[in-house]
Amino acid sequence: MKQLKIFSVPYLVWMLVFILVPLIMVAYFAFRTADGEWTIQNISEVGQYANIFVRSIWLALIATVICLVVAYPLAYALSRMEKHKQSTMLLIVMLPMWMNFLLRTYAWMTLLGNNGIINNLLGMIGLGPYKLINTSGAVVLGMVYNYLPFMILPLYSVMEKIDKSVIEAASDLGCNSKKVITRVVVPLSLPGITSGITMVFVPAISTFIISRMLGGGSNLLIGDLIEMQFLGNSYNPHLGAAISLVLMVIILLIMTIMNQFSPDDQVLI
Amino acid sequence: MDNIVSLKDIVVEFEDGEQILKNISLDIKDKEFVTLLGPSGCGKTTTLRIIAGFLEPTSGDIMFDGARINDLPPHKRNVNTVFQRYALFPHLNVYENIAFGLRVKKVPEKEILRRVGEMLELVNLKGFEKRSVNRLSGGQQQRVAIARALVNHPKVLLLDEPLGALDLKLRKEMQTELRKIQQALELTFVYVTHDQEEALTMSDTVVVMNNGVIQQIGSPADIYNEPVNAFVADFIGESNIVNGCMPQDCVVEFTGRRFECVDKGFAPNETVDVVIRPEDVKVIPAENAKLTGIVESVVFKGVHYEMMVDGVDHKWMIHSTKAEPVGAMIGMDFDPFDIHIMKKTQED
Repeated sequence: MKQLKIFSVPYLVWMLVFILVPLIMVAYFAFRTADGEWTIQNISEVGQYANIFVRSIWLALIATVICLVVAYPLAYALSRMEKHKQSTMLLIVMLPMWMNFLLRTYAWMTLLGNNGIINNLLGMIGLGPYKLINTSGAVVLGMVYNYLPFMILPLYSVMEKIDKSVIEAASDLGCNSKKVITRVVVPLSLPGITSGITMVFVPAISTFIISRMLGGGSNLLIGDLIEMQFLGNSYNPHLGAAISLVLMVIILLIMTIMNQFSPDDQVLI
Repeated sequence: MDNIVSLKDIVVEFEDGEQILKNISLDIKDKEFVTLLGPSGCGKTTTLRIIAGFLEPTSGDIMFDGARINDLPPHKRNVNTVFQRYALFPHLNVYENIAFGLRVKKVPEKEILRRVGEMLELVNLKGFEKRSVNRLSGGQQQRVAIARALVNHPKVLLLDEPLGALDLKLRKEMQTELRKIQQALELTFVYVTHDQEEALTMSDTVVVMNNGVIQQIGSPADIYNEPVNAFVADFIGESNIVNGCMPQDCVVEFTGRRFECVDKGFAPNETVDVVIRPEDVKVIPAENAKLTGIVESVVFKGVHYEMMVDGVDHKWMIHSTKAEPVGAMIGMDFDPFDIHIMKKTQED
């Protein structure tokens, strides 16, 4: 036991220095004025940005749902393939992640632009041009495109562990393929669903690059708001810290609610 | 008695052309306990999966109750399977596992309660309703798997090496119990195993398979006493198998000596396999014996001693209640009806 404790020391130090201390600093700044006095004004000021919070949560939610809908059947098909096909397909899923995040998002700018490739192609058959870039739709698209692998991977790794004979047992006991999914595969993949949602929703709700590049000025998200407090014209780190704190509490609340749906003592075979 | 399941000329071929089943034909009678017996890779589980509907044969017909069911998916077949490693639903408790099939069929809650209760009693798991299946022992999981299949009142129950993971004592108990259940419920059981003893103890009919071919179909006594070829003789119990030839009817020659036997109808001097069970080798004084050998080893097996005896051209296995000292010269003899003559099988 003692030896195990020694092994965990490096991470404990890391946690203390890079997670716990910054967290306390954020909380500290959020409750201080520029003059160095205690206050709750920063927190109450966050209220005026309620519309940005609602938009961020809403867009992140849509992106998460789309990711889940797209990734779920794909992950299931992937997990039921022959082993050597699985690794090839997995590679294709992972491939975009090897490209730089900024580059990928820039690519979407050229694709979606008013004189971009998509509008040009549509123009050839006499359609458009449509306003694609600088819309909330483009922001959602950017989120889905960038975070989809984070949904597929946890789903796949849980589904891959579902014993083939459990699926066969379900159909043996009278389930058609739809009922096999709803009665066995979905309940057994719940842990994958929760962690997939977490891994997409959390970065999506706090992103600022995607909304900046694909959303124009009109689709400001919480991430952009926070960035502006630290690097922008409206320099106010105390307000920025307060917004970060509120965002964290919101995420924490949503995750707690989510975890209520996940069984706690499930042992996967 | 009518046939409940019939397989007709079933061939299963993989994409690379490898044949798993080579023209299997098998009739299973209603209320019969049939065991598919063979070494691993012989095609017994494949045969079971074809009846269950998990695998479509490359060619051939599967008949169920007189109707062709080749295209019927598993969930529409009136059979249920007990899987090798149980395949219980880990997200459901014991009660819900057993109730699964009934819930899918939207059976009224009251009837589910009654039928699951019956099953729990049948498999001795009363009081375990709320238990998570992950916290059951192997034997208990096995019982849940059996109850989960039987609660649907299938006409045929398919069991794929269901006792393979249990320890010897539990396995023996479950063998008796399964046989009792089958007789009490008057069901057809198709049971897959590689354990010849299990097959002989439980079955009405044993189907011995090897390399995707049925070797012999018969009652346990037939299979043991009258194996049709050397493979069956060797696989079912222990055997001495020696090369021999038939100079004439009722006379067989092996290890350079002639013995009287009861088999006839072979071509003159046809080469044959001679099969003699270890318990059928009589130990006699060496002086007046046709065949002699030197005792190499003696192992006590509980009921009998197992002796390896080095004779001319062949090492004999002998089961006897009386041990001979190692190194002693003994004589061996056989009753004519204990010498089983078999045609040589074409090895492919």
